[in-house]
Amino acid sequence: MRITQGTFSFLPDLSDEQIRKQVEYCLNNGWAVSVEFTDDPHPRNTYWEMWGPPMFDLKDPAAVMQEVNACRKAYPNHYIKVNALDSTRGWETIRLSFIVHRPKHEPGFRLARQEGEGRNIRYTLHSYATDRPEGERYSVDGAGPDRNR
Amino acid sequence: MGEVQADKDALDVTQAFKDSNIDEVLDTLDRELVGLQAVKTRIREIAAFLLVDRLRREVGLQAERPVLHMCFTGRPGTGKTTVAMRMATILHRLGYIRRDHLITATRDDLVGQYVGHTAPKTKEILKKAMGGVLFIDEAYYLYRPENERDYGQEAIEILLQVMENQREDLVVVLAGYKDRMDAFFSFNPGMRSRVAHHLDFPDFTIDELMQIAEMMVAKQQYHFDEAARETFRDYLKRRMALPEFGNARSVRNAIDRIKLRHANRVYGGGTVTKEDLARIDASDILKSRVFLEVPELDAVMEPTKGQALDRKE
Repeated sequence: MRITQGTFSFLPDLSDEQIRKQVEYCLNNGWAVSVEFTDDPHPRNTYWEMWGPPMFDLKDPAAVMQEVNACRKAYPNHYIKVNALDSTRGWETIRLSFIVHRPKHEPGFRLARQEGEGRNIRYTLHSYATDRPEGERYSVDGAGPDRNR
Repeated sequence: MGEVQADKDALDVTQAFKDSNIDEVLDTLDRELVGLQAVKTRIREIAAFLLVDRLRREVGLQAERPVLHMCFTGRPGTGKTTVAMRMATILHRLGYIRRDHLITATRDDLVGQYVGHTAPKTKEILKKAMGGVLFIDEAYYLYRPENERDYGQEAIEILLQVMENQREDLVVVLAGYKDRMDAFFSFNPGMRSRVAHHLDFPDFTIDELMQIAEMMVAKQQYHFDEAARETFRDYLKRRMALPEFGNARSVRNAIDRIKLRHANRVYGGGTVTKEDLARIDASDILKSRVFLEVPELDAVMEPTKGQALDRKE
């Protein structure tokens, strides 16, 4: 099941050229751009791992593309997203956030039901991928990320 | 129209030159930079080469992206930074860099203080400079041959990698004294082979320095009177004899100090006219320390006796 979230969730995956254009738009607005990755893409998991700190004072999207590609290389079977942070109000606010990379195989979610008090039923989403330990989810052969590749 | 059709393979070089607005930049360079004839010729050559390279690309001739990294050598104040900024504009107009911006960096910005500090620091500067020009002032400080564990080497390696692999994203300009730059290249042959253009900035002659001074003064809406002009020339002769003479930079500093003395003189006496506020006379210049410390040159005028002499340089 193809997971979508963030700004362009109703569009097909962006090409590198389209990503570059979006990042250029962010930089022209004076936003800082950061790259984050995770292998736990539950919609309520807002805290993805940071691929380095947000990049401030950039002038050109080439630098962001370089980091995105480095992250893709290190984590080919993770989700990677690009965030744009706006500081005009005195604090950093996310203005744009979109997925730029996804694992080849996405097993999707199952609906879990829990019997509550009386005859109440509580529903929750459970990602099949999270049955495996962190770092081994989504990889085809079960091996972890290869940082040296 | 018929001619164009008949010869539709022909490209209009003049038109391409006009479209790029490059002559405008080159003219400003000619106008604003005094002297430096060799440098200007070289920049025109580079601009012409890049334009032709772009035309070749348009007609589908083989055109590998030219190496654009440069090395500017020369003493302080000979216009290296100014030319680098113009170079950024030229490269931008010709479409070789995406942004008309220049990031200046020195050793402090690139080299870290402990293990693992250098790489992120260098990468951050490189990322900031992406799409434009990275100007590394006094680049030879990156390499310290006396200390083999110096982190500068790490910065150079990262720099080399980006200079080679991301040529379309970044143009690197190295700058510094000629002899030390040569030594730096001899220790880092990889760096030399990746720098395509070596430009040497000669020292200015006294006439060129006078021209620079006149331009600076006029820009700030002051002017020298006849005696002041002569005195300033004399001042320059003495100043050039002193060590650490910084060419155009010294001229700028001297003018700043002359403005202070001018203000002090005008402040002292009753009513002033507009002319008084703009005119610099010889007494403003004669109070300089230089006239005391370099006595061997024959002064055109004697400093006024008994007057308090300015101790500042």
